[in-house]
Amino acid sequence: MFIDTLLIGISSGAIYSLMALALVLVWRSTRVVNFAQSGQAVLSTYIGYEICLHTHNYWISLPLAIFAGAIVGSLVDLLFMRLLISRAKSGPIAEIAPVIATLGLLGLIQSFIGLVWGNTFQQYPSPLSGKGFTFGSHVIPFSPQNLFIVIASAAVLAIFGIIFKYTDLGLALRAASFQPEIAQLAGVRVSRVRNIGWAFAGAAGAVAGAVITPTSTLSPNSLDLLFVSGFIAAVIGGLDSLVGAVVGGLVLGIGFSFILQYIGGSVTFLVGFVILMVVLLIRPQGIFGHKVNRRA
Amino acid sequence: MKLGLEVIDFSVEYGAVRAIQDLSLHVVPGELVAVIGSNGSGKSTLIRALSGLIAPSHGSASWNGISILGKKPEELVRQGIVHISEGKSVIPELTVAENLALGGLWRRDKLDVAIATQESLAIFPVLASRLGQRADSLSGGERQMLAIARALISRPQLLLLDEPSLGLAPLIIEQIFLAISHLQSQFGLTVLLVEQNAMSALKIADRGLILNLGRLIKTGTPAELLADSQLRAAYLGF
Repeated sequence: MFIDTLLIGISSGAIYSLMALALVLVWRSTRVVNFAQSGQAVLSTYIGYEICLHTHNYWISLPLAIFAGAIVGSLVDLLFMRLLISRAKSGPIAEIAPVIATLGLLGLIQSFIGLVWGNTFQQYPSPLSGKGFTFGSHVIPFSPQNLFIVIASAAVLAIFGIIFKYTDLGLALRAASFQPEIAQLAGVRVSRVRNIGWAFAGAAGAVAGAVITPTSTLSPNSLDLLFVSGFIAAVIGGLDSLVGAVVGGLVLGIGFSFILQYIGGSVTFLVGFVILMVVLLIRPQGIFGHKVNRRA
Repeated sequence: MKLGLEVIDFSVEYGAVRAIQDLSLHVVPGELVAVIGSNGSGKSTLIRALSGLIAPSHGSASWNGISILGKKPEELVRQGIVHISEGKSVIPELTVAENLALGGLWRRDKLDVAIATQESLAIFPVLASRLGQRADSLSGGERQMLAIARALISRPQLLLLDEPSLGLAPLIIEQIFLAISHLQSQFGLTVLLVEQNAMSALKIADRGLILNLGRLIKTGTPAELLADSQLRAAYLGF
């Protein structure tokens, strides 16, 4: 029972990590908490669903949904964020306007999805079974789809890890996020690099949406709860740290799984927020965050 | 058209405050010009406007006849104009090697990037032994060396140096200025050096300009400027 609960926790934690990673990527590139991330993820999932409807092949729809997620992320930055940030440059509004605007964008994207696909629940099926693995006569709740979720999330996290640590693009991304002005003076095209950060975030969110949706149903709001967990995970991890996002997601996923198993479903989210508050009270910069002075 | 850096009737405003007023200057290729002035004289503003970080309200600026206004700093780097900002000029969270790599990231000629990196490390050998360390573990002088080394990897033609002596011990300042002078003579770099430390800057400069409250009040060779006792007392501080 303990192992079952742990495995389920790792599976949902992996998804939280992906959503947290998406939030961290945007935060690092633009210093904005992107509340539209769940809308972007659900939009790319609908695109995957539509492709799957026509091709009857989940494996074709998955990479295209990820690609669509990257494009949507890039467009949100190009058409929306840049304009907004260049217009709200100083004063108290400069800090808060982009965040509020992402909430507006979330509503916009979800209404758009409602108009195009309707507000009913859809099925985006994966060819992998949602039924748990069987060991002799014992059926565990961990299914092939859960295993795929863990593998896909680990692959995405590993790819991002390699890009950030070992490539020129990764170096430019890190430089632009730590010290945009110095990066600029060194020749890094900061706004282009930021846009790539948004595209990466969109892709990470798209993976989360496209691999988790086959385990339940698809609707304009179906990823909202995932976003909340991803957000808590990102904040626990320090909002600035990729490793923090992964650890935050796993801790939360495994924690939720054990609470669900041994205490009950009614308190899981309550515990999530309690953990969030405790972390913020004791270590406001998050577990993996560094103490930094706010930018003027 | 004049070769080198030519600035004509240049003004920069912050709201109602004119930080630079109708400034004109010309730096010929290969020349090292020091702009001397106290805090608030507009030195940093001048450099920031020339490197594209802020926009001037009036005037023109060109490098070898091509206007440099309206271009972002990252584009000017590709044109051979590199600005080393005051104080925080390296990225503390990155290692020394990564900071150096940033200077050559945009360049296609990776072989020359490798050569330029070796040359930079030969000029500042202390960096070679610190490649894997984070830049925030370096001393102030070493950070300044790292910033200059990174700039060299971009193969610049014009260096815009903003107060390289800021916060450094006298012995280190001497080392840094010696290195700057060496860059001018060895690589034929054109240097516009903005400094509060008049004595050190004028020691290595071909020419000095004195800036006060955003206006250029005196131009001359270091010897001429140092010979003027009134000027020394009022603006040079010694």
